[in-house]
Amino acid sequence: MVTTSLSAPSAQPSVHGLELPSRRLEDWRFTDPAPIGAIARQLLAVPPLSSVPAPLAGTVRLDWNAPDPLAGVCLPAGITPLAGPDLEARLGGALAACAAGSPSPSWLVQFDQALAPRTLALCVSASVETTLELVSDAAEGEGLLPLRLLLWVEPGARLELLEVHRSRGRNLTSVVVEAHLCEGAELRHGVLGQGHPEACLLAHLAVTQAPGSSLTQAIAASGWALARIEPRVLQQAGAATTCLRGLQRVEGRQIADTHAEVAFGGPEGRLDQLHKVVADGEGRSVFNGAVRVPRQAQRTEAAQLSRTLLLSDRARIDTKPELEIVADDVKCAHGATVSRLQQNELFYLQSRGIGAAQASRLLLRGFCEEVLAALPAAASVWQPLPTLLAEEGSGS
Amino acid sequence: MLPCLRLHSSPLPVSLSRPAAVIRPDAPVLLEIRGLQARVEDQPILKGVDLTIRAGEIHAVMGRNGSGKSTLSKVLAGHPAYTVTAGTVLYRGEDLLGLDPEQRARIGLFLGFQYPVEIPGVSNLEFLRVATNARRQQLGKEELEPFDFEDLVRERLEVVKMDPAFLDRSVNEGFSGGEKKRNEILQMALLEPLVAILDETDSGLDIDALRIVAGGVNQLATPENATLLITHYQRLLDVITPDFVHVMAAGRILRTGGKELALELEENGYDWVDQELAELERTPVEVA
Repeated sequence: MVTTSLSAPSAQPSVHGLELPSRRLEDWRFTDPAPIGAIARQLLAVPPLSSVPAPLAGTVRLDWNAPDPLAGVCLPAGITPLAGPDLEARLGGALAACAAGSPSPSWLVQFDQALAPRTLALCVSASVETTLELVSDAAEGEGLLPLRLLLWVEPGARLELLEVHRSRGRNLTSVVVEAHLCEGAELRHGVLGQGHPEACLLAHLAVTQAPGSSLTQAIAASGWALARIEPRVLQQAGAATTCLRGLQRVEGRQIADTHAEVAFGGPEGRLDQLHKVVADGEGRSVFNGAVRVPRQAQRTEAAQLSRTLLLSDRARIDTKPELEIVADDVKCAHGATVSRLQQNELFYLQSRGIGAAQASRLLLRGFCEEVLAALPAAASVWQPLPTLLAEEGSGS
Repeated sequence: MLPCLRLHSSPLPVSLSRPAAVIRPDAPVLLEIRGLQARVEDQPILKGVDLTIRAGEIHAVMGRNGSGKSTLSKVLAGHPAYTVTAGTVLYRGEDLLGLDPEQRARIGLFLGFQYPVEIPGVSNLEFLRVATNARRQQLGKEELEPFDFEDLVRERLEVVKMDPAFLDRSVNEGFSGGEKKRNEILQMALLEPLVAILDETDSGLDIDALRIVAGGVNQLATPENATLLITHYQRLLDVITPDFVHVMAAGRILRTGGKELALELEENGYDWVDQELAELERTPVEVA
């Protein structure tokens, strides 16, 4: 079995000429891209994965550090590599479709393409019981690690996918994922980003959904100097189900930025989006959640909620729901809350004998668990909660 | 008389109704409140509450909305929004007001909330275990590991006939009003307090849920502990027979009597309260 390479990575990526995104762009107005500029413009030579926990039973792990992640791997039944004309016909389709309704092209996609990443392309043609886990670890080296994944999920097929991106140094992981879910297909997609205070994670995740398909996407990232996540979903003809869960934690001077866009191309689509941030120190969080409901998307039901927990007076939050609703027969709700730990919740726990510090920890864990519970079970070996909260013994 | 419920394997009493109480004037005083005044922000609420509660007693505090009943319960539990401006509260002879809320709970004071708080993401089972272990530690007992705790909690679920499925959910999240109150009494059954203050435990309950919740309270009443019920209605007191009924108005206890006082209130309402308050206002205040 071979990895499909549309284009081999070039020795000299062409990002030297690519300028950092300007903060004059609306998309980057609240996000300082300086941490990206601090990273050496060279491709990172990463060793194969080592010192990582064993995968959970029922999980097949692919080493995304390896030149050929599929080498020596027996893919679960129902998953095959995409190659040749099939690949060429499908690559870029979801990216372009999702970008069509967007006011400006994604800098992340341009950046990743300039790095000419090796593309892992997979077709899912059955209901796959095994969880597929893709793991990258930029480790301690300085430089750029570009990754690209194409998923094609056939009608009625089902896949649970967990991506894990880690770093322990001044480097940048750039990942572009595009997926198409055919009619009745189901994708449960988890992304776990466990970073380093000098590292960046740039992730653009574009999914097109045919009617009757179902997407559950849960993203949890922490520890990065800058983590910019761009979930993009297009329900091509509506009548699909989308559930998005996001959780980011910032401390020190870290920046967590999520720019999400969900568009409905037809009637009776469903969206349930919850984005959460824990902001400590001088951390900064940006959330922009665009939901586009054009005239043809009647009877859409969309709910978006952004919740931020402020643990410091110096942390800063910029949150902006952006609903464009033209259809008149829809149910669309959005909300944004920025708060400290709730005094009534703290008192309730204290009134049961739980000390203030432990009560605060319980509430903080509870705040995070609501999103982490949506990750595939395979994520448990990566200790997502202790790592996110930088608790002792988490190894972060 | 309500029918008896059979418990499978519980050391707890099996009757829904409380055994006939024997008031012992020599029973140890568990809670002694003297001249308690408290405010929330700049608003005085409690204006001099006096109350003595002994082991084995059940007290009911009744009164109109805004009379200070719930404030009394929160002040006793240590809610940070309330400031005590005068008076003392002794718990088994020791100062209570200097303790943090968690310390008060650990030594055996329990507040059953009128509106139990929903805490998304925090497992009910884990919450109950942490709380129970905090109390056990105070009592010098070994902390319970998750496996052992599950045995205990399943036994105590019988007290309020609660579905074990609620243990796997987040604390009170999505619970109905009745389920929340059952969860409160479950906590009481696990923490085994010496003084339980139940703030309008009957609110939001249908008659069946009320009987179950009140039956749980009766089962947990022993000669060693005491209960302070805060309620608007006689219907709770039909199931839990109080030894003393206190009528609260304008931040103080205006009248104290036996269970017949609650029946009198049910029949005649609170109009007399206005007259007594007016008389109080006309009475010159002695300055010490």
